Amino acid sequence: MTAIADTAILTGRSLRHITRSPDTIITTALMPIAFLLLFVYVLGGAIDAGADRYATYLLPGILVITIASSVSYTAFRLFVDLQGGIFERFHSMPVARPAVLWAHVLTSLVATLVSLGVVVLAALAMGFRSSAGLGAWLATAGILAFLTLALTWLAILPGLTATTVEGASAFAYPLILLPFVSSAFVPTETMPGPVRWFAENQPVTAVVDSVRALLAGEPVGADLAVALAWIAGILVVAYALAKAAYRRRIG
Amino acid sequence: MTAPAIAVGGLRHSYGDLDVLEGVDLEVAPGTIHALLGSNGAGKTTLIRILSTLLKADAGEARVAGHDVASAPAEVRAAISLTGQHSAVDDVLSGRENLVLIARLRRVPDPGAVADALLARFGLTEAGARRASTYSGGMRRRLDIAMSLIGDPRVIFLDEPTTGLDPEARREVWAAVRALADGGTTVLLTTQTLDEAEHLADRIAILHEGRIIVDGTLAELKALIPAPTVEYVEKQPSLEEVFLAVVGAKEMP
Repeated sequence: MTAIADTAILTGRSLRHITRSPDTIITTALMPIAFLLLFVYVLGGAIDAGADRYATYLLPGILVITIASSVSYTAFRLFVDLQGGIFERFHSMPVARPAVLWAHVLTSLVATLVSLGVVVLAALAMGFRSSAGLGAWLATAGILAFLTLALTWLAILPGLTATTVEGASAFAYPLILLPFVSSAFVPTETMPGPVRWFAENQPVTAVVDSVRALLAGEPVGADLAVALAWIAGILVVAYALAKAAYRRRIG
Repeated sequence: MTAPAIAVGGLRHSYGDLDVLEGVDLEVAPGTIHALLGSNGAGKTTLIRILSTLLKADAGEARVAGHDVASAPAEVRAAISLTGQHSAVDDVLSGRENLVLIARLRRVPDPGAVADALLARFGLTEAGARRASTYSGGMRRRLDIAMSLIGDPRVIFLDEPTTGLDPEARREVWAAVRALADGGTTVLLTTQTLDEAEHLADRIAILHEGRIIVDGTLAELKALIPAPTVEYVEKQPSLEEVFLAVVGAKEMP
């Protein structure tokens, strides 16, 4: 019980960091929105789909990029906490130790979901339309929240181990680029052999295809199971690595 | 004699091949201020980190407020407070919010009133609503120490509490520490400034090459070097001279 109360108190603290610097939410949402604009209005003309339909096609991949860019701020916030003395203060107090990391994880979930909401609104303005019902929207939110949880634990690792601020947030770049080699922007059938093989067998494609089907009101099929398996796998590995890094760091 | 607030026996710690603590023995009586003197890298911070449960010792025993730091860290944490070398203040929060945060984590009744009382006691009432990032060095240190007092811990560790402060801010911190001991709190503070130990401490321990080589009152420490020879003027040894003499430094500044 005290662990839950401690987590709630500490989550309130880091959420206040976000409301005090709303620029982190804006910059998180800014790059995905810029990608949306670029692909819908600049490159979209060359991609034979039509602006509205392409925005709809694009959104799932853009949402994955949003999550990747958002969790890099989690790594940053954790790094800053560790640099100052506040982490050691919490650890020398009668505070449940898991609460200190979980507060960052929960804050990351909240901040990411807000950013995702902002990006969806921007996509709506650019012509994104969905025929999905409430259930499909909730399923979409569930998948994205699950992915955020997994990638947040992945972000905890550089947050704990980085030696510079740049190092703490740089891990997100590969995550942000991964959707480009997936079904997020163009169908994988257009890609040359080895690239296509990679694109079809990496987690972003499974997640993007599931979300795309859900938002289109279509049956999801096997993609969903593959996506959930990937996310669960990432979560288990990232959590174990983060815990090990935490023990090394705290001693 | 009452049980010591801090009892350390044969404590050892090394970072890889580097032996930092090589059998530290130390006892601190309740309600006293004990200063831990030592050069940079002498292991003062390592000792404080072990006593505040942030670091595990390789060997030896350490008890704080009657609890073993290795086997009962939760009980130790409930009894202590640490003010580390880096000020443990949340820059984004205001001074008052920092205090309220710690009060809530320590489950103190009425966190708001506790925060206001501490702001007043440390002369921070006016700055209370401002973000801690706007504070001067002295104000941050005072806020830091104020945060350490919440929940009335029986033992407080202050790791170089006045490093980087101007003389006036230093005196403010000294007054706060003095007031703590007067209220019955045990204070173990580390310092490199010798006059700080001279002004504040009831007892002074010198940590050198991994061991406590001297532990006593200022008068006892001064007695360690030969009485000054009377020639033209009598010159009492300053603590600085005592320190340099007992650690065996080659030259006097």
